Amino acid sequence: MANDHGSHASPDHAHEHPTWKQYKWVALILTVITAFEVWAYYVPALVASPFFVPMLLIMSAAKFVIVVMFYMHLKYDNRLFKALFTGPLIIAMATLIGLLFLLATHKAEGGIG
Amino acid sequence: MATVAASPTYTDSAGSHRTGIMDWLTTVDHKKIGTLYLHTALFFFLVGGVEAVIMRAQLMGPNGTLVSAEVFNQLFTMHGTTMVFLVIMPLSAAFFNFLIPLQIGARDVAFPRLNAFSYWVYLFGGLFITIPIFFNAAPDGGWFAYTPLTGREYSPGQNLNFWVLGIQILGISSLAAAFNFATTIINMRAPGMTLMRMPMFTWMSFVVQWLIILAFPVITIALFFMQFDRFFGTNFYAVSAGADPLLWQHLFWIFGHPEVYILILPAFGLVSEVLPTYSRKPLFGYAVVAYSGILIGFLGFGVWAHHMFAVGMGPIADTVFGVTTMLIAIPTGVKIFNWIFTMWGGSIRFTTAMKFAIALIAMFTIGGISGITHAAPPSDMQQTDTYYIVAHFHYVLYGGAIMGIFAGLYHYFPKWYGRKMDERLGTWHFWLNFIAFNLTFFPMHFAGMLGMPRRIYTYDAGQGWELFNRLSSYGAFLMAPAFLIFLWNFFRSKTRGEVAGDNPWDAATLEWSIPSPPPEYNFAQIPMVTSRYPLWDITHPERMAGIPHSAEGWDDAKQRTGEHVTSGGKHEADVAPMHIESERRSAKELGIPMPNPTIKPLWVAAGILVLFSSLPVMYAGKNMIAFAMMAIGGSMFVGFLYAWLTTPMEDAH
Amino acid sequence: MAHTAAESHAPTHHYTTTGLDNRKVAIWMFIGSECMLFASLISTYLIYKGKNLVGPLPHEAWTNPQTGQVMPAILDIPVTSVSTFVLLMSSLSMVLALAAVENRGKPVPPGLGGRILSSSKLWLFMTCLMGAIFLGFQAYEFTSFVHEGLTIRRNLFGSSFFTLTGFHGAHVTAGVIWLGTLLAIDMKRGLQPKDAVWVDIAALYWHFVDVVWIAIFTLVYLIQ
Repeated sequence: MANDHGSHASPDHAHEHPTWKQYKWVALILTVITAFEVWAYYVPALVASPFFVPMLLIMSAAKFVIVVMFYMHLKYDNRLFKALFTGPLIIAMATLIGLLFLLATHKAEGGIG
Repeated sequence: MATVAASPTYTDSAGSHRTGIMDWLTTVDHKKIGTLYLHTALFFFLVGGVEAVIMRAQLMGPNGTLVSAEVFNQLFTMHGTTMVFLVIMPLSAAFFNFLIPLQIGARDVAFPRLNAFSYWVYLFGGLFITIPIFFNAAPDGGWFAYTPLTGREYSPGQNLNFWVLGIQILGISSLAAAFNFATTIINMRAPGMTLMRMPMFTWMSFVVQWLIILAFPVITIALFFMQFDRFFGTNFYAVSAGADPLLWQHLFWIFGHPEVYILILPAFGLVSEVLPTYSRKPLFGYAVVAYSGILIGFLGFGVWAHHMFAVGMGPIADTVFGVTTMLIAIPTGVKIFNWIFTMWGGSIRFTTAMKFAIALIAMFTIGGISGITHAAPPSDMQQTDTYYIVAHFHYVLYGGAIMGIFAGLYHYFPKWYGRKMDERLGTWHFWLNFIAFNLTFFPMHFAGMLGMPRRIYTYDAGQGWELFNRLSSYGAFLMAPAFLIFLWNFFRSKTRGEVAGDNPWDAATLEWSIPSPPPEYNFAQIPMVTSRYPLWDITHPERMAGIPHSAEGWDDAKQRTGEHVTSGGKHEADVAPMHIESERRSAKELGIPMPNPTIKPLWVAAGILVLFSSLPVMYAGKNMIAFAMMAIGGSMFVGFLYAWLTTPMEDAH
Repeated sequence: MAHTAAESHAPTHHYTTTGLDNRKVAIWMFIGSECMLFASLISTYLIYKGKNLVGPLPHEAWTNPQTGQVMPAILDIPVTSVSTFVLLMSSLSMVLALAAVENRGKPVPPGLGGRILSSSKLWLFMTCLMGAIFLGFQAYEFTSFVHEGLTIRRNLFGSSFFTLTGFHGAHVTAGVIWLGTLLAIDMKRGLQPKDAVWVDIAALYWHFVDVVWIAIFTLVYLIQ
């Protein structure tokens, strides 16, 4: 495949990426969290508790961060990439929260759910 | 090579280029793509201007009968859409293309073929959205296209389809260009060109690319919802299904407010180049100007709902958005003062470019102050949807963005074409334009305060609006000849203007250290930069007192050990300390590899056009033709994209 | 220019200010842009949650006004949990594919495990396969929903659900095609460490599509 500016073993790989051993553990942790999430969905007492939604959000965020850090190598890669990702992510989250605050609060008339 | 030649040689043909039509269709040179953007945008400027003049003729007196209400709706919709998406953004893009690589000391953008693709998509999208007006089928829902008015129920015709799909096509162009320029600025700077030494135009462009990257996806989604509602009967904006019609307004303005900074910041960047040059002084408070640009961009994502105070969001939301809107006036005001202090104590040359730059400061300040008056929700309630708002945003977009772009055009014309634009005609253009602009838009403040609503196609006598409308119309009729003078001057000066030389304005940044017009490779040797005003280090060291110098970033140059061959067969280093280049040779002689011209980006863009064009055909009920078009467009897109990606950009990899 | 000349002048070309590859910088910005795209889609889904005038509903039983029948909630958590797991595992095979390409040319670790781990073809194929399985699950889910009366026109949930998950599915499809192309090149001439950036940017895209699904799975499927 051709490319726009030469292909070479780029210096951004100067940092050593993790190996199979770590990748394997990461996959295991992701599986365990997912299994726990699905289990929680089937425990009525948990679903009814006020901790259910925050708990799911935290677990989901944890999986998100683990994949981004280890599989997308953000933990090991150049700092610039961290900035390029977290900046937009923060603006996206703030926009999402702002929109929910503005629009999700009032219920439509006659809504059944 | 690196000598200050006494007599710069100007040749009419810029190097060894072919100049046939195929050369333009296949170019991947950022300077030529910039030229294409510039000319296309000037054409659309003329179209948008004609639309405005027709509207002003209709509104000149009460009960005007020149056009019908339907046509008037199409005129104001297309005037806004054209000026925002087809004129100001592409004029800025023309400068991004032409200037960014030159200002940072690069030989091209990061992805030259993607750059050509962006232009062709823009051209096709522009034609797609403009042509329907000649068939009385142009979009007619305003440039903001509020739902549910623009849904299928209330706008059953094809008109809005062209708007939804056209803006979608233009979004592809803007996003592709934004990734390209942001990568270029991050990654293609010359050794020593640290972030805090970048010319201010490049800084403001950098902020703008980020605004595009983050704001355009939101309008893309909002448009998809509208598209799905219109074509597939979904319920995103269908009130009858329980939908909230405000969703569109919110998504539109989350995009729409950063969009206004996308329009104004490049002009801010241009005047930040023009003012120091003609004041013969460094920019006052460089770092503060850069930081306030970033702050404007960042805060720009937190003010969108000030466009919606009238819909009743409740006291908390109103307060929050009112406060953030007032906050954003601070970095903007900071810039105004920095420009004034740049001129303070300088020995000013009142060239045409300088006049336009000063006009921007004054006119934008008026627009900014009227903007503050609708940052407060109670006061906005009186002003919203009146001509006061029309006056406000023309003061910021015409008085700001367009004045800044004119300043940039007069300033950079010599670099672009090797000749100057005529200063006498330029002065005529400036004064006529300045007077006409104020005559058109200042009275609109009064008409608005007297309650004249926006977007009405006619009005009754006796409401106190006649005088102000008459004045506005006279102004618009005067603005047209002013623009024609500009066009005459522009096209004439390309071949008949005074030969300019490489640095006619005695400017300070890298683009002026190379021949005018620049050779295809831009820099024979990439300069190693030690300060913010590298050229003044050589030509005007006396202006550089207090400007920090260092060899910071030169370590990078060590990576850059390449040599190239000069015509004498001698090898020369690829980088050299800051120097002036006035010899013009071909890239081949110098041994500088340049990307090959290619037609493929044009065909990929054409595939996108065919794909999108199939949807109105489907809307008209001709499903078989639509599916055939989808198949053709889709295979053009995939096939030419594959051919593009599998063809090396340069020979011999 | 002759090949040798290109070699000797190559550094001119490869120089970048940050030392990073242009393509990698661009793909990270593209991912940043995609964050806004999916934030808009997810916001819309959440805003319209609980505002439906008619069923089917995601988590609640509902009464069909025509027949008076009480219909169950429509989301099928067990099936989606399986497809979620498949997509998560595809990220694992993706990192292994990248590592295999980057390490090509280095001595292969001894034993069967070492040979398997260094096969970029195997891991690219596995990633494509798992992506395709995920899409198969989605196709099954969509058709069964339509069968149960939930179309994209039916209610706000139908419109926003099909659009959100459909956009994600379109991203997965693009990713499968992208990775399939890389696999074809690998089969034809073998991907070398110098091609690693191509695999790297495809991998970043693929993982991003995966993390978007992590968010969707929680926000759409699990939270009631």
